[in-house]
Amino acid sequence: MYALRLWSVRHARGLNALYRGFESLLVRMHGLFAALGYERIEPPVAAVEHAVKGLLFDCRMCGQCVLSSTGMSCPMNCPKTLRNGPCGGVRDNGHCEVKPEMRCVWVEAFKGSERIPGGIAAMREVQHAVDQRQQGRSSWLRVVREKTSPPAAAAAAALPPKSAAPPPKSVPP
Amino acid sequence: MRFEDEPVPGYPLPILPGHTSPGRFERVLRAGGFAVTTELAPPDSADPEDVYKRARVFDGYVDAINATDGSGANCHMSSLAVCALLTRIGYAPIMQISCRDKNRIAIQGDILGGAAMGVCNILCLTGDGVQAGDHPQAKPVFDLDCVTLLEIARTLRDDHHFQSGRKISYAPRVFLGAAENPSALPHDWRAQRLAKKIAAGAQFVQTQYVYDLDLLRAFMDQCAALGLLDNVFVLAGVGPLRSAKTADWMRRNVPGMHVPDATIARLQGAQDQAREGRNICIELIQQIREIRGISGVHVMAYRQEESVAEIVERSGVLQGRVCWYPGRDSAQNSQNRTAV
Repeated sequence: MYALRLWSVRHARGLNALYRGFESLLVRMHGLFAALGYERIEPPVAAVEHAVKGLLFDCRMCGQCVLSSTGMSCPMNCPKTLRNGPCGGVRDNGHCEVKPEMRCVWVEAFKGSERIPGGIAAMREVQHAVDQRQQGRSSWLRVVREKTSPPAAAAAAALPPKSAAPPPKSVPP
Repeated sequence: MRFEDEPVPGYPLPILPGHTSPGRFERVLRAGGFAVTTELAPPDSADPEDVYKRARVFDGYVDAINATDGSGANCHMSSLAVCALLTRIGYAPIMQISCRDKNRIAIQGDILGGAAMGVCNILCLTGDGVQAGDHPQAKPVFDLDCVTLLEIARTLRDDHHFQSGRKISYAPRVFLGAAENPSALPHDWRAQRLAKKIAAGAQFVQTQYVYDLDLLRAFMDQCAALGLLDNVFVLAGVGPLRSAKTADWMRRNVPGMHVPDATIARLQGAQDQAREGRNICIELIQQIREIRGISGVHVMAYRQEESVAEIVERSGVLQGRVCWYPGRDSAQNSQNRTAV
């Protein structure tokens, strides 16, 4: 919802702190998630994540959430899905070139980042190209997997399972 | 500026130490010259002569020609094809790649293909939204953005592999560029955004039209404060305004275009508005040249391309230098002979 999305940017600091706490809670639940099976809990967790973040941020479920690096303004709401800053077409009133009724998500991101400790430094980081395979999957579970296993294995594990694919060779014993 | 080894169409020049491309454009910039680039409006036609006609009007006055990639989201001959035609006879194009119409598979293929045909410069752009052009019903792609496009192009060149990790046997030897708009909001963020582009691989930057030099100066000061100017060549975007009416239309309808009221008022007060537009452009070029850290100008004269030569000539920025064009040296030789 657009009004809530703007509210979230105004409260970027609190939301970021809240997420940090939530994330460490999730990481502590890794044992439980692993026991239940990450692929089995993926659909319900993704549904909850979509509901919560959809309401607060108009989340598009790209599966590679960068809200903490974009001042709690979701870059996937940019009509060009820019993840590295605003295009050159921002209007003089700070609105979007493509959707004149919408405020530029990057003008908002800049404001939100100033409210988050370390937010501006995070905005300066280059965000790599999105992996379109992650679309619709849970960022929360991906983060837990990344934080609890070696990077290469986590990256392989966080991908949607391929049907009839050979077993990945890099899975740790 | 004359190099010992002038280009022979179809044969790449050697790459000088510290250069990433064999192109003349990079050579002019790294030699400390004040570079002039322009933009070729690709024809709505399949006739190669339409491209050559449009290129010839710039002969002697530009170091490189941007081949636009569906600029303004309008359909025209592709940038890759325009570049292929231009390199065939030795012109130095800057191939523009926009993320709007192609995904990473197509774009990486174009980078290899362009380089294979002699393209030495690539300008990485996000692209205008489809709503701006003549096909608003089209699907916007935006698989990449300009920063990730730069990253992927640099990976191809320096690390010799696709984004997938698959190796390529011969890397594209290209000089990579980006665009920036010092006039667009948020002003405080523009230089930092350029820093990201440089971190991702940008070696030169061409700006959007600049009519408000205070904004450009502020942008350059921010770039200097961030220490960017040692790592990038900045070419400021300029262009003649045809009339007060067009200027006003452009600032209302062209994304990211800012024209101060004072400029419009000056045009309104002139008897010959088109001539006054060219005068304003020449004055801007002369003032831009004095700004520290600026390495050249990018002259965009949409639908008045024939005025570029006059503007560059009268601005005096080339200081008598005749930029290379096919046949330059034979033309000059014959002139010299008649003079003798």
